[in-house]
Amino acid sequence: MREPAKTGGAGLGNLDGAPAPSGLRERRLHPVTPLRRAWAPVAILVGLAFHDPDGTQRRLSELTALTLALGVLAVIVGGALYGFLSWWFTHFAVTETELRIRTGLLFRRTAHIRLDRLQAVDVTQPLAARIVGVTKLKLDVVGTEKKDELAYLSEKDAAALRAELLARAAGFAPETARDVGEAPVRNLLHVQPRMLAVSLLLTGAPWVLLVAALVVPTVLWLITHNAWTVIATALPMLGGAFASSVGRFVAEYDWRVGESPDGLRIDHGLLDKAHETVPPGRVQTVRVVEPLLWRRFGWVRVELDVAGSSNSVLVPVAPRPVAESVISQVLPGVRVPAADELSRPPSRAAWCVPVWWHGYGLAVTDAVFAARHGLLRRRLSLVPHAKVQSVRVGQGPWQRFKGVADVKVDTGANKTVTARLRSASEAADLLHGQAERSRTGRREARPDRWMA
Amino acid sequence: METGTAAGPEGSTGPTGGDGVPSGWTGLPRGVLTMRRLLLVVWLVPAAVALGVLLGLFAGPAWAAFAALPLALAAWGWVMLGRNWRSWRYTERADDLLISRGVLWREETVVPYGRMQLVEVTSGPLERYFGLAGVQLHTAAAATDARIPGLVPSEAERLRDRLTELGEARSAGL
Repeated sequence: MREPAKTGGAGLGNLDGAPAPSGLRERRLHPVTPLRRAWAPVAILVGLAFHDPDGTQRRLSELTALTLALGVLAVIVGGALYGFLSWWFTHFAVTETELRIRTGLLFRRTAHIRLDRLQAVDVTQPLAARIVGVTKLKLDVVGTEKKDELAYLSEKDAAALRAELLARAAGFAPETARDVGEAPVRNLLHVQPRMLAVSLLLTGAPWVLLVAALVVPTVLWLITHNAWTVIATALPMLGGAFASSVGRFVAEYDWRVGESPDGLRIDHGLLDKAHETVPPGRVQTVRVVEPLLWRRFGWVRVELDVAGSSNSVLVPVAPRPVAESVISQVLPGVRVPAADELSRPPSRAAWCVPVWWHGYGLAVTDAVFAARHGLLRRRLSLVPHAKVQSVRVGQGPWQRFKGVADVKVDTGANKTVTARLRSASEAADLLHGQAERSRTGRREARPDRWMA
Repeated sequence: METGTAAGPEGSTGPTGGDGVPSGWTGLPRGVLTMRRLLLVVWLVPAAVALGVLLGLFAGPAWAAFAALPLALAAWGWVMLGRNWRSWRYTERADDLLISRGVLWREETVVPYGRMQLVEVTSGPLERYFGLAGVQLHTAAAATDARIPGLVPSEAERLRDRLTELGEARSAGL
């Protein structure tokens, strides 16, 4: 339900035999997996060396070449053994209703991931894995963790497994699920590298960080004349500027959004490749972000929230009409309300939030609750009525004096969308109306098993 | 200013004598207030005495007057707890549960029954002594803060059973 059921720890003998039910095909991960795990002991040693550089140097100078060689050998053998054993003891199997992952040498752990609770499937390929030709596959279910991913699988296996998992989750008959194959994809959007680069240059964050990285260390140098403080402040800022510009370009390069019967397909990446599949009806909220400098081009960025999934970008940059057509594919029957359809808070709201209250807006249509905030960087959050988990109205003493209140709508992706500073009577109506719409909206929603 | 708290389940308005809870709504049992006030006194009165004695011994009798501060705090808290207790109320409507609370910072929560993932009844040792149990509702959204801090155990169990029953009948999930 809320978490994949886990059993682990005790009952070693019992689990060790692993009496696989007849017909259940248990599989191992790709044989290169141990290489990944072999890094762990080396990483620990390097971490220790960084933690205490002086002590490390002293100890290194005391060692002879022979003991050093032996030590390195021991680490490598130990790492290889650890990697091999953890690979050997990791099995996974697809049953009719769940994906089962058994891991652990001493502390056994079995994750049962229910396929009908599937929120998204991520297939990611870091650069090194691309060279070897293997990929990682992760099922997003509310409560799955990093360790519930299948790393690594060969590319062919991963594609077949994804198709099979999606077919089973969609509700195809178990016998045919393995043979359904990949659903055909219809391309909705491809972001051109030029547009992505321009859009990133027009984003404020990297520039602010870059300027800060130049100004702050200079000032510090003038004050302290200490090289270390300068390096310690400049490096994180430069890193941040790099990550928010070049890093984002690399991650969002070649962004493709496609539509298939299995749901939304998102593929992207220059060095690390990522392919995400979000089945129909899993999107909890969609946000249309409009930074100040993008406005004259009419560009927007679209973010989405899926319960249990870490990815949050749907479209890194696109002209508004294109983005809106993608949104209408993601949330069927939803039209993004135009700026003039949003109702502003009453002008007395200026007493609660000066200036910024201009940015607040709200529109409730048949299909969505849409709230906007932000003045320079406008964000319009859309929540389909069917995804509303609970509705709250909050009002502080000053807000009560001014006769305004905030309406908060909670969704399953742990995102709360707030319509700020509505007039008190409107807020009360919204509270009751929204609860009503949430119930009725759900009746028209598609079933969890979208092909059933 | 009202945030709609006055609008009862079927539009019924106006307080009904007694505790000042509008009709159709259920307030918290008196025990919650007694327990909270007792806790307040148990912590603050000894603190006042200790402060008074220590100041009187080490800094002079005039300074001992500062012991009145915790006492004033206790008196203020006594009133505040009363107001806060009166502000808590909930009502079970046909399709959702409505919880309203807060005096200065009002908050009103609506949770459709179908969205409930889990209903939790908790009761600590002190609450058990006062014959109380808290009910907390969980939906798929962690931000849903739907709890009723203290109820008579029989009422808590009735509410739990009713909520789970209604939740099952209207189950909607994520």
